[in-house]
Amino acid sequence: MSQYLLSVHGGHESAAAMDPETMQTMFADVEVFNESVRQAGAWVYANGLMPAETATVVDASKGDTVITDGPYLETKEHIGGFWIIDVADLDAALAWAVKGSVACRGAVEVRPFQSDAPAPTETT
Amino acid sequence: MSESVDIVSIGRIFREEYGRSIATLIRTFGDIDIAEEAVQEAFVEAAKRWPKSGLPPNPGAWITTTARNRAIDRIRRESTRHDRYVAAARLDPGDEPPVPVGPVNDDRLRLIFTCCHPALATATQVALTLRLLGGLETGEIAQAFLVSESTIAQRIVRAKAKITANNIPYRIPSDHELLDRLKPVLIVIYLIFNEGYTATGGTDLVRDDLCTEAIRLGRLLGQLMPDEPEAAGLLALMLLTASRRPARVDAAGEIVLLADQDRSLWDRALIDEGQSIVRASLRRNQPGPYQIQAAINAVHSDAPSAAETEWGQVLALYDMLIRIDANPVVALNRAVALAELDGADVALAAVDVLGLDVYHVFHATRAELLMRLGRAADAAAAFERALALTANEPERRFYATAIARAVTRDRR
Repeated sequence: MSQYLLSVHGGHESAAAMDPETMQTMFADVEVFNESVRQAGAWVYANGLMPAETATVVDASKGDTVITDGPYLETKEHIGGFWIIDVADLDAALAWAVKGSVACRGAVEVRPFQSDAPAPTETT
Repeated sequence: MSESVDIVSIGRIFREEYGRSIATLIRTFGDIDIAEEAVQEAFVEAAKRWPKSGLPPNPGAWITTTARNRAIDRIRRESTRHDRYVAAARLDPGDEPPVPVGPVNDDRLRLIFTCCHPALATATQVALTLRLLGGLETGEIAQAFLVSESTIAQRIVRAKAKITANNIPYRIPSDHELLDRLKPVLIVIYLIFNEGYTATGGTDLVRDDLCTEAIRLGRLLGQLMPDEPEAAGLLALMLLTASRRPARVDAAGEIVLLADQDRSLWDRALIDEGQSIVRASLRRNQPGPYQIQAAINAVHSDAPSAAETEWGQVLALYDMLIRIDANPVVALNRAVALAELDGADVALAAVDVLGLDVYHVFHATRAELLMRLGRAADAAAAFERALALTANEPERRFYATAIARAVTRDRR
């Protein structure tokens, strides 16, 4: 089994631009999708993120600690949320990404982890 | 029974057997680098041994067995205890045998689907397919596509890293995903063929080695997936196109257009093979873009001359193709048939709306139609545009001659 990060770009983040009804449908679709991931035993973790302007960057790698208000990358598209899934191979991960992309109305980047994290004992 | 074995015959065996051995070793060891190194070592060994001992009864099997032993030696020599444990698990003959999930259980078919995995960029798919299944050196691939050797080498290294990091599976896609996954495989093979048939740059119009390799891969795919009509269609398309190869360039190395070709030079064996595949496709009646393009080429290969071509049939096939694949290049080719049936003015009107401004064949087609309509000055300008857009030297000379012809006619 391999673990993958499925990160959402331009979906949740642009949710502010959605009308409330569309947003409700999206949240409902994502919940249905999440449930199917749990049912399939592929679930490790997932969550949505608060908007990127709430982020803070800390850099202590060059000696002094520098704290900056705002996201690391100056870009319009930030990660809006992510799933971590545990599946057989990339084909399985891509198949989940297709469904996730439809549910969250955004592009999904699939990226493998270096090693597998232990799956949580409790799927909350 | 030591038959003479020289470097040429070892080279031939290398071409024929490399892909098969690599594919089998990748399945056994789950690692492309180990497989490549071991197969190369086995061929080095063969080059030393065979000239003295003669060819073994089954050279391909000899290579695969020798390579497997080399790989096992290497893994035992170099691995830590943990790695040894993991590798031993793989090597254990009690290990579950490969489970056939697709129509045919062949390691090369697995490998081509891995090489053409949609998570890899098209240029990477092409390089990886030629490297692993075709056994081409990175230098040869670089030369064929006019990019630097380091670019190709990097592309292949990155692809292997991506396959490993992502756990890209080594298997034939299951039936429900097969149609989608077959598409990039066909595209890669056809790209290799087209790059060989009309090189994008350089001194020669044609690179026969790439055409030969693409047809070889097409045949392999046809054998491995006999029930895929589009795989057969692609093979027929390549065979029928390649049949005109001897007539496409004259003795001086200049391009000869389809209408002006000496049709007695066409390769009858390739035509017969291609046409019989097209007939089988018609009986099967599951048309797709490659089969239809093959059928169009079959119509041309039936005609004793350009004038005697069944243009009505060609046009009907293009109409069918456009319904499946509405792409402007198809519409451009359709316009050529339209010109024969309804006149150059009708065809020109159809071409002008296509917006293929960066494609040299678009301007060349316009130019030919303008010439027929007696608009020589406009034709010269269109040939100029075509000339500016290609780096292939025979094509450039062809357009230069056409410009001179148009200018002369304009002055009369």
